[in-house]
Amino acid sequence: MARANRLRELRRYPSAIAGAAIILLLVITALTTIIVLPYDRAIDLWRGGEGVWLDNPRNARPAWFNVLPWVNLPRTVIVDSRDGDITRTIRPGEEVSEFAMDLTFDYRADAFPQEVTVTLFGTFDDLGPYATLTWHTPDGRMIPLGDRPAGAQTVVRLSQDARLIRRLTNIPVEVGLFSDYTVDSSTVVKGRYRLEVDGFLFEPDSDIDVKLVVYGQVHGLAGTDHRRRDISIALLWGTPIALTFGLVAAVGVGITTMIVAAIGAWFGKWVDSLIQRITEVNLILPLLPLLVMVGTFYSRSIWNMLGVVILLSIFSGAIKTYRAMFLQVRESPYIEAARAYGAGGFRVVFRYMIPRILPVLIPSFVTAIPGYVFLEASLAALGLGDPVLPTWGKLLDDARVNGALYNGHYYWMIQPAVLLMLTGLGFAMLGFALDRIFNPRLREI
Amino acid sequence: MAETAVVPQGTGQDSRPDALLAVKDLHTWFELRKWGFIRTGWVRAVDSVDFSLAAGEAIAIVGESGCGKSSLAKTILGLNTPTRGQIFFNGRRISHLTGREGEWYKSQIGYVMQDPYGALPPFMSIRRLLEEPLLIHGVKDPAERHERIVEAMTQMKMTPVDDFLSKFPHMLSGGQQQRVVIARAIILKPKLIVADEPVSMLDASVRVEILQLLRGLQRDMNIGLIYITHDLSTVRYFSERIFVMYAGRLVEEAEVDDLLDDPKHPYTKALLEAIADPDAGNASVYRKVPGGEPPSLANPPSGCRFHPRCPVMIKGLCEVEDPPRFEPTREHKTLCWLYREVSGE
Repeated sequence: MARANRLRELRRYPSAIAGAAIILLLVITALTTIIVLPYDRAIDLWRGGEGVWLDNPRNARPAWFNVLPWVNLPRTVIVDSRDGDITRTIRPGEEVSEFAMDLTFDYRADAFPQEVTVTLFGTFDDLGPYATLTWHTPDGRMIPLGDRPAGAQTVVRLSQDARLIRRLTNIPVEVGLFSDYTVDSSTVVKGRYRLEVDGFLFEPDSDIDVKLVVYGQVHGLAGTDHRRRDISIALLWGTPIALTFGLVAAVGVGITTMIVAAIGAWFGKWVDSLIQRITEVNLILPLLPLLVMVGTFYSRSIWNMLGVVILLSIFSGAIKTYRAMFLQVRESPYIEAARAYGAGGFRVVFRYMIPRILPVLIPSFVTAIPGYVFLEASLAALGLGDPVLPTWGKLLDDARVNGALYNGHYYWMIQPAVLLMLTGLGFAMLGFALDRIFNPRLREI
Repeated sequence: MAETAVVPQGTGQDSRPDALLAVKDLHTWFELRKWGFIRTGWVRAVDSVDFSLAAGEAIAIVGESGCGKSSLAKTILGLNTPTRGQIFFNGRRISHLTGREGEWYKSQIGYVMQDPYGALPPFMSIRRLLEEPLLIHGVKDPAERHERIVEAMTQMKMTPVDDFLSKFPHMLSGGQQQRVVIARAIILKPKLIVADEPVSMLDASVRVEILQLLRGLQRDMNIGLIYITHDLSTVRYFSERIFVMYAGRLVEEAEVDDLLDDPKHPYTKALLEAIADPDAGNASVYRKVPGGEPPSLANPPSGCRFHPRCPVMIKGLCEVEDPPRFEPTREHKTLCWLYREVSGE
């Protein structure tokens, strides 16, 4: 009854509603992520390396950059003959057949693509097809890209082709291909481009497929990192991990600390002394260096770190505060009455002392959550992040190590940072409002 | 001097064979410490107290604040450990009760405290807090617990019971809270109730009602009752015998009427003088009340503890020697040198 009233009272605080909305959003994101992208799949993707992400650009910005009116960056264009809507003509000969196909695409962006790659997939027994690649620009120019024998999968990285670069008067290939470089190598020629692939098949059953990838400068919701990975995976999976870590740590530490303080305050004597001495020793032990040591010598698994964090935080300064509150509660007449009708020590601690203090402490559990979320990020930023899991802290660490800010990839660092701040804001706003409701004396006039 | 009539203190000779509770030479001293480990003295809250109580008898212990009444109550309840002396309940020494017997003793005594709101856990509903003693003492059947709660509440005239059970203590008035406290004290059907100033924090309008309820219960259920108070005016209607406590000692004991009509000890006389009568004429009457403060229990005066405030102090005797227990009239005992000659067969 009293609890329902308090929740109703929460609605009077706009900050509490905003905080609760942020938290709800994060929780929904976390749950959706877990359902849509299961743990194993996420880990596979994140550790997959270039094999999985071959068609993604490196360090691409988030796609929503194009919403800005003055930005028009290219998305990645993939044209694949295996998709079926590309007509190929094969002129059979006696031994050698000739083939020809056109891969066309529209290019309307203001900026040049990042890279251009052509992959040839030959089907043959002994002797693979031989292909000649020719680039046709919208303004009718023709740039020969050279001849290639096609293996089962031959990747032609045009951007790294030294002969082509020389032919394009030593300007980057993607600039040469997408501008009238002899006149103005800074303006993109927009329109319909065509890659003409023709050549010979040396076996009767031989065939060839071609995939053209024009890597853009934007990708997905959150962009990509230095290993072409989609950053949104780490942002999404970071949410459940951060929330779980923060919640388990805050509530675990809060409740355990409270129980330990209550037991010390009630039983007194050597029990209390022991708890106080352990607390005092623990207070001067530095948490971060200890965590660094555990991470270096034992395990960097996030759950292992969580356990160590909880263990080291139980005997914190809060135990002194809680103890002071419990010492006051201990003298309450109702506890004397309970002892008179035969309540034992543990019954007094768990049924009479803790329920008295718990409502006062619930807000502090909520406000403590972001602290632990930040701690996880700090650990990751110190290189002690979980080696497997994608988390916000790991993103920050990757961004820092790869000079994201120096290289202008600021989205890489800002996105996890914003999520961290949002989490902190949500829990802080809700927690402070709860504090005002549960501890009315803090309410301002 | 009729030395033969002197009942020596601390021998427990006044305990009767049918006693429900017998307190013999009870001392409850609290240690005073410096720096946490050096003992610098004792607070002698209860100092050599003897009395006994028959089953179904109501006694009153009267004294001013700080005289050790509450310490005595808590020692009887087992909340304080006696420094010396024994307490027997039904012939069993309670400091020797452990485990199941200790639990049994807790179920045999009820405790009613001064501050009804403080005595009720604020986070428990009435049902929950009345259930607690039953749960502790192993009443496992929820239906039986409910039945006993309803019974206790009905005895306390808290009806209709269901209206109260889901409420929290702060939703009740002071009188209702105290009824709940008493209901909790009687729910285990105890043999003895210790009521420590049960009405001193209540409105005058509900005091009488609560006292009558308590007295009625005590008679109906044949419960022994120790009524602790500083207010002599309520005692006459409430108890059979009175014990006057001063500075940790029981300085006078007698039947109610005997003591109120013919007080022996100068302190008792002073207490009776101090009772206010709602009479307009009293505004101009000057009452002779001994001045001074109650003595420090850590450093009590030598000899008779009342001598610094006593109007009839005998020089050379009262401040030197502790008075023994004299019995100036039958069943009327007092610790006062004034009666060293009159007491006799």
